[in-house]
Formats: sequence, structure tokens, C-alpha cells
Amino acid sequence: MEKRVTFSHKSLPYLLVAPQIVITLIFFIWPASQALYQSVLLEDAFGLSRQFVWFQNFAQLFGDRLYLASFTTTMVFSIATTFFSLSIALFLAVMADRVIKSATVYRTLIIWPYAVAPAVAGVLFFFMFNPSIGILAYMLRALGYDWNHELNGGDAMILIVVAATWKQISYNFLFFLAGLQAIPRSLIEAAAIDGASPLKRFWTIIFPLLSPTTFFLLVVNVVYAFFDTFGIIHATTEGGPAQATNILVYKVYSDGFIGLDLGGSAAQSVVLMTIVIALTVVQFRYIEKKVEY
Amino acid sequence: MVENRPWLTAFSHLVLIAGVLVTAFPIWITFVASTHPGENLLAGQAPIWPGPMLWQNYSEVLSAGMGAAGGVPVGEMMWNSLIMSLMITVGKIAISIVSAYAIVYFKFPFRMTFFWLIFITLMLPVEVRILPTFQVVADLGMLNSYWGLSVPLIASATATFLFRQFFLTVPEELLEAARIDGAGPIKFFRDILLPLSRTNIAALFVILFIFGWNQYLWPLLVTTDESFYTIVMGIQRMVNVADSEPQWHLVMATATLAMIPPVFIVIAMQRLFVKGLIETEK
Repeated sequence: MEKRVTFSHKSLPYLLVAPQIVITLIFFIWPASQALYQSVLLEDAFGLSRQFVWFQNFAQLFGDRLYLASFTTTMVFSIATTFFSLSIALFLAVMADRVIKSATVYRTLIIWPYAVAPAVAGVLFFFMFNPSIGILAYMLRALGYDWNHELNGGDAMILIVVAATWKQISYNFLFFLAGLQAIPRSLIEAAAIDGASPLKRFWTIIFPLLSPTTFFLLVVNVVYAFFDTFGIIHATTEGGPAQATNILVYKVYSDGFIGLDLGGSAAQSVVLMTIVIALTVVQFRYIEKKVEY
Repeated sequence: MVENRPWLTAFSHLVLIAGVLVTAFPIWITFVASTHPGENLLAGQAPIWPGPMLWQNYSEVLSAGMGAAGGVPVGEMMWNSLIMSLMITVGKIAISIVSAYAIVYFKFPFRMTFFWLIFITLMLPVEVRILPTFQVVADLGMLNSYWGLSVPLIASATATFLFRQFFLTVPEELLEAARIDGAGPIKFFRDILLPLSRTNIAALFVILFIFGWNQYLWPLLVTTDESFYTIVMGIQRMVNVADSEPQWHLVMATATLAMIPPVFIVIAMQRLFVKGLIETEK
């Protein structure tokens, strides 16, 4: 889509795009190309010597047991976070859509965790699950479960999933509610007249009509779980205990900045970029499809 | 309401109230913990109701910070966070509105090349290119400065797209009329397009302010000087103190302070927030 009428000016348009292009080149394109370049080099930590090693860094990466374990951890974490935050949000949104008059009140009360930084959300749950003083750990002990995320990898994973889910529900709720309110009432009324129960109406009418929203949120949530949750992990478990919560984004950081393995970290960056690009492409295919409707 | 099912309606309300309570519970516990003396929290059973130390705890963190974590006053960190998020917000809006203007209202060589260059940034979040970006910022001597904190995060494809989409919906007649009246590109932008974009700018402002305030990884990397710590990253230093249990009452007071500005903005400007969120993600 383009404007029929435009201005013609020799230098002005370049001047207008210049700030954004300059920043994009310096802070996005150049570093990304550096990551690509470094991923095929073997470099010592001080940058004194470098050697071109083709795809050795990648081969090493995928032969590394720890890296593959981190992949599995990321999968478990993102699938759990996406599943719980989507299903809880959908359930709440369907309920809010039923009581339409008070929906805005509930919306106000549910959406604000969106504004809480992931790192802060992590710290809140870290405190509540604290094995010796946390209130949730205390409740769990009363129920007979000895919670300790500092020793037990499974507990640590639950901790970060709960924190990540809590923060993300508000976002999903907002989109589900908007999606639900866009479904024509007449369809649901017609089904009700035909005698379909609320549950049947949900699965045969509402859920299929909501699928574009669900799919969009699915991609957004996977991206969130992959990248935005760095703060949750860094502020709480720091990838431990024994790598149990070391997701890919955290590993790029810890290998690069703490381990100073530049080539390996760059290779990991490249793998992550490939994942983001794949997810973005999926999302855009879907948006194009939506336009055709 | 399609039909009258009182039980189902009551059930819906119950579920929603439970949802609201679960959402609010961590915040309540945080606030409660921030009003108790430190010993109370370490005694083994976390309190459920607020204690007497609200004033002391908050004034202690705001003015003196936490000794074990370097003693940076939280008031200073909040100031840094505010400056960083305002610079990111204003910077993003300013550079993306002018570049969207150029891309929509001008025809010039390499227009699409520029468009794609901006588009690519959508695919490269800071998290995936941290090391090389850090090197660039270090080479430019921008570590430990407000510029280093904000400028690398300023380029934004989403804001540019939002303005582009909006400009495309602005009626062509406006531009024709303005040209007949002899308005040049700058006058048209300032007197017609900018006032029309007011709501979009405001909605974007809300979203970007929260985005800026909540930055974590980037401030963590580029600040080693305590006077540039931001509050969201500062909390982490308070939690991970070496060899001792953190002073939870102060950590929780800081966490509460870190949440107040963005949560206030979301609630106070809910309409703009919802608009901004739904439109930037389209």
C-alpha cells in the first residue's frame, strides 16, 4: 500500500530516516554480523589471537552434553509456561466474557502484573518459595512436601515456571478477552436456541473462532519464554541447581560474560537468532493469512 | 448474556475473584514483608498482615540503600530508571515517527532498503546479540552513561510500523489540500500529521515507558559504576549477597518501589495501555 500523492525532495527523506538507520546499523546490524563472524573463529579470552575454524564452534556446541541439556530445559520451561499461562488466561477470559457488565472491573484487577518486570516477578516468588522463610514453602511443608529449590532441580524449574506464568497471564487475558468480545453474539445465541450447552458452545463455536488469537499468543508466548525470562532466572536461580534452569538465553550470557568463551557464545547467539527469525517468519505467514479472511 | 444461568454466573464470579486474588497475592506478601523489621521475616513464619516498620524501611532504602549490597540509595536508582526509560521512550517515538513519515510520504531511491533494514531489527532482540553489542558500546566509550543505557535500545521496528500503519490510514485529501495551500513537508508534518497522531503517541508512550523501566539485562551489562544502577537490576544485587540471607524487608521495599511507577501507569492509563498493546502487536 502506498500513498498516491507524495512529496518530492532530494535530501529531506534521507535526513528523516538517518537517525533510525544509523542506530540500526551500529547497534543491530553490525553486532549481529560480528556474532556471525565470531561464531566461526576460535579466540582467546583477551582477543590476542584468533583462528578461523569454520563450523567447529557449532559442531562443538551440538556435541556438548550441557548445551543439549540446556535445549531440553528450554523446551520444558517454555512449553510449561506457554501452556499454563495460555490455559489459565483463556479460562479467566471466558468467565469474564460471561459476566460482561463487570468484565472491565475484573480486567483492571487482572492486567497489572504486565507492568511488573520479569526480574522483580522472579524475586517475589523467590521470596515466597524461600525454603526457610517463604510463605509458600511453609504451606507446602504443612502439606507434607519438603520444598527446596536450592537443592532440587525440579523445584527450581517449578519456581521459574510459576513466576513466568504469573507475569504472562495478564497479557494473554487481555488478548483473549478482546478476541472473545469480537465474536458475534448472534452465533452463540443461535447455538443456545438449538439447545447447545455452554460447554458445547465453547468447544464447537468459541474455541475455533478464537484460534487466530490463540495462535498469535502461542508464538508471542514462546518468544517470551525463550528471551524475556532472562531476568527471572538471573535474579533467582542463576541457572542452577546443577544446570536445572539453565535455559539457552541464560547460557549465552553466562558462557560469554562469565565463561569468556567468545566463539562458543557467538555460535549460541547465531542459533538463537535462527530461532527468533523462524518464529517471526511463522508469525508473519499467519498475519498474511489473517488478511485474506 | 445469552441465557440466564444463575449458577454459572455465580461460578464465573467465583473463578474471577480467585483469579484476582492469586494475581494480587504475591504483591500483598511483598508489601507486607516490606513493613516488618528484618528479624520478623527470618523467624521462620512469614507474616500475613502489615507490620509497624513501613516508614523506617522505606526511608532507609530510599536514602541509604542496603549496606551489604554496596549501599546505593534506591532513590538514586529510581532516578536512573526514570531517566533511562524516558530517554528510551522519547527517543524511540521521535526517531520512528520521522522515519515512518519519510517512508510513507516520500518517494526516494533505497526507500524499501531502509524499510527492510528497520524491519530486521524486529528479529534481533538484545538477548541474542549481547556480547557483540556490548563490545560496540564499550568501543564507543558509552559504558556507564545514560547514553549507553538508552541509545542501543532506541531503534524500534514496532513503533515505526505502528506509525506507518497509521499514516497509511490518513486520508490523501489532507495532503492534497495542504499542498494546494502551499504547505511544505515540514509544515504538513508539524501542523497536520503530528496533531493527528496524538493518541497513537500517547498509547505508545505508555507501552514504551514500561518496556524501558523494566529493562534488566542491558543495564546489568553496561553499568559497573554504582551511580548508574537502575532499580530493576539493583534488586538482583540485593538478593544475591554473598554468604548470607538477604535482608528481605529491604529487598521487598525495593521491589515494591520498582513496581509502583509502571503499575500506576497501567492502571491510570488503562485505555491507552490496552490500545497501545493491541496495536503494537498487530
